[in-house]
Amino acid sequence: MQNNPMVMRSKNCVPTQLVRRAIQLLSLVVLAFTSAVVCATPQIQTWQTENGARVLFVPATEIPMLDVRIVFDAGTARDDGSSGLSLLTNGLLSEGAAGKTSQQLAEAFESVGAQIEYDASRDMGLIGVRSLTESRYLSVAIETLKQVLTQPDFPQDAYQRELNRMKLAVKARKQSPSALASKAFNEAVYGDHPYASPASGTYESLEKMTLEKVRAFYKQYYVASNATVAIVGNVERWQAEEIVKAVVSSLPVGEKAAALPEVQPLTEAKKIVIDYPSAQTHIFVGQPGTKRGDEDYFSLYVANHPFGGSGFTSRLVDVIREENGLAYSVYSYFSPLRESGPFTMGMQTKTEQTEKALELLDQQLRLYVEKGPEKDELAASMSNITGGFPLKVDSNSKLLEYIAMIGFYDLPIDYLDNFLDNIRAVDLKMINDALKRRVHPDKMVTIVVGKQGDD
Amino acid sequence: MNIKSIAALLVVSTLVLGGVLYRSDDPVPEQSDEAIKSYRLSNGMKVLVIENNRAPVMVSQVWYKVGASYEHDGITGISHVLEHMMFKGTEEHPAGEFSEIIAANGGEENAFTGQDFTAYFQKIANDRLELCLELEADRMRNITFDEKEFIKELEVVKEERRLRTEDKPTALTYERFNAVAYTNSPYRRPIVGWMEDLDTLTVDDARKWYETWYAPNNATLVVAGDVDAEEVFRLAKQYFGKLPTSEIPELKPRREAKQYGTQRLTVELPAKIPYLLMGYKVPNLTPEIVGTEHEQELYALEVLAGILDGGNSARLSKNLVRGQEIANSAGASYGMTARHETLFVLSAVPNDEVAIEVLEFALRDELNTIKTQLPDDVELDRVKAQVVAAQVYKQDSTFYQAMEVGMLDTIGLPWKIKDDYVEKILAVTAEQVQQVANKYLTDDRLTVAVLEPLPNGTEDDGMAAASLAGEKNAE
Repeated sequence: MQNNPMVMRSKNCVPTQLVRRAIQLLSLVVLAFTSAVVCATPQIQTWQTENGARVLFVPATEIPMLDVRIVFDAGTARDDGSSGLSLLTNGLLSEGAAGKTSQQLAEAFESVGAQIEYDASRDMGLIGVRSLTESRYLSVAIETLKQVLTQPDFPQDAYQRELNRMKLAVKARKQSPSALASKAFNEAVYGDHPYASPASGTYESLEKMTLEKVRAFYKQYYVASNATVAIVGNVERWQAEEIVKAVVSSLPVGEKAAALPEVQPLTEAKKIVIDYPSAQTHIFVGQPGTKRGDEDYFSLYVANHPFGGSGFTSRLVDVIREENGLAYSVYSYFSPLRESGPFTMGMQTKTEQTEKALELLDQQLRLYVEKGPEKDELAASMSNITGGFPLKVDSNSKLLEYIAMIGFYDLPIDYLDNFLDNIRAVDLKMINDALKRRVHPDKMVTIVVGKQGDD
Repeated sequence: MNIKSIAALLVVSTLVLGGVLYRSDDPVPEQSDEAIKSYRLSNGMKVLVIENNRAPVMVSQVWYKVGASYEHDGITGISHVLEHMMFKGTEEHPAGEFSEIIAANGGEENAFTGQDFTAYFQKIANDRLELCLELEADRMRNITFDEKEFIKELEVVKEERRLRTEDKPTALTYERFNAVAYTNSPYRRPIVGWMEDLDTLTVDDARKWYETWYAPNNATLVVAGDVDAEEVFRLAKQYFGKLPTSEIPELKPRREAKQYGTQRLTVELPAKIPYLLMGYKVPNLTPEIVGTEHEQELYALEVLAGILDGGNSARLSKNLVRGQEIANSAGASYGMTARHETLFVLSAVPNDEVAIEVLEFALRDELNTIKTQLPDDVELDRVKAQVVAAQVYKQDSTFYQAMEVGMLDTIGLPWKIKDDYVEKILAVTAEQVQQVANKYLTDDRLTVAVLEPLPNGTEDDGMAAASLAGEKNAE
């Protein structure tokens, strides 16, 4: 109920930081992290439900609350030509279930202070709840979550209403230069691949949408074999097992979603210019990048850090923002998915500076792929990533996010325990090698959305 | 009270060195709070510590009592520009080094500016506190204000304004809405500043603003996380304790002038979807009314916002998004923690084909219902249950807990407000909700803003016009 607007110094695009200038300047204050970081990585407990859902659980006893999240391989990548389908299906779960209306379901959650979460992204369709652990509250939250997950009714009126709301979301995209740019980027990078599907759909795809498609999507993908359950909070193992059982045991076993096609690398550079009457030009440059479990993943993660992933200490911010004052926000990142997620560089600058900005981005990328980071840049990045690790796992929310990701992508259960070792194993040679093999400045997609022509 | 006199007051104020305002390093005497350990340095700086050993990390925040609402016409945005300049170096640590040091130590850092505060923070391993305090103490008094750096940074801030406001039709509408809703309150000016003012800011403006407001006796350090309070006090004393004080100007109250009748504005912009804002002038929580019977009104306003928009079961979603299906989204918001009179805001995006007048009528109708029929207990209890739960959930974020205390302290409110909050919300009755609705949500306190989309050149993907149910397309 609070509305306290504020203006931040930077947009938090990407995690963490680095150094380029003389690291010895800093040596006075940089203490060695080798012994300092005593990482109490959480002990993740896992089991399988009878109907085949994988469960990851971390007890967290400090706060009387619990988070449960169920993740399905039911993201936009499964839209299968009906873009918008995964998001619509996901949103409709709580719009009528077990004979209750959306109003009744919302009242059930909110009467016990529970917060429902649901979303669909490229790979994932997820639903979950945050609740107090006091049993009279928790039992209502869990029962209601079970209903929306396992007994959705998909009522016709709710379907029509949510479909109309999505059409308006498509329209809203057309008054946002960044949304226009982002959609164009996605389509240009992914072409025919399922990852090209825009989450909210298009006018055409929503025109052809039917309730039958929604029901079929739910039936195929919201099944136990296709589910990962993440649970973090103040409950004991036996309680966690009971809770998970209560929520997912009535899901049919079903089948795991089929493998997605591999993402094909781009064969040539592509530039798309969209005329839009904005004060700034929004720029995205990128290509398919890396996937979860990729053998180059840690090399590319570390490589990106000093380039555009470390905020104020990154090269991109230094050159584009600090030296030239061209942008407020400029960054690069790899977003690893089941298949190759994008490598993206992004920025916005006032229209007149567009060419200069594009030139600098290109120049920086080429230089970096050619020469890689300086030694001291790498050292500073290493220091930041390793020293900053405890911040990545310091709350229930972050833990939930991590274990859901680990479970969903079948990463090793000791992923967090080994994270720092994997980072430390990366050296300059690996970085340079990975950059040259995996990043291709001559085959980038470039999206430019802003005022074109004379004015 | 006019604006020029404030301008004069602020600009002539100069740095007064060495004045000792407080005799000894003592716990902040006027307040006690179980969760917060407090200390006041001899130069007046407050140090507040929240010990919490969930993870071997901490957050350190330095809060200054200055923000956009301290500004005057002509220099709008200066607090925020200064916040950017705080990363541009001192003699000891040249531009960029602050960030480099924090990063190399595994930390994250940033800063933010609000209407009533400016704050700087680091999130970092709990054994790096000393480093943060040394750097923060250095930049509290020693920023060098290089003109070339300033000129570049000003361009960055302008890009920020373009990104946040100018190219976002709803944000731009909100900015103009505030500018009309408030007649003389400083809240009528945007935090990021008017572009026309940014164009004329100079490095001297920034330096003067810094010299006026950045001093230990106008700052509060909040440290939360796996730290030992005694150690924090010791280090704070070591690094901040030696800094000289300034004479901080006393701001005039700048109470909002009386409004006469409903105020209306339209904002015409290239866009696709209309947007409606309705703001009613309502009181904020002041130190004077804490503990008086008047205080309960503010909690009743918060509950009222909850009845309208406390979740998906609340009335605006129930009746406007579902029910009549006239809104794509609709919300109500009110925050009592502010230095000046504030707004109770209703906002809504109409569905296609729905005239903005219909939406306004429906929102007013919802208010009328509350004014004439007591909300039932089940509904009130649902709002309260969410407040109780949120009080527990917030413990998951150490950063937020530090922020809550920092903000209250900087606004000049006692910290215990956060502890008593739930109890006071629970005490709100249906009658009180109805009373505040009748007292404050009246036409002579209302400002209505409408975003009217102009063609923006985008196509509708060749979509059959019928699918948007007879959309009247201007393009």
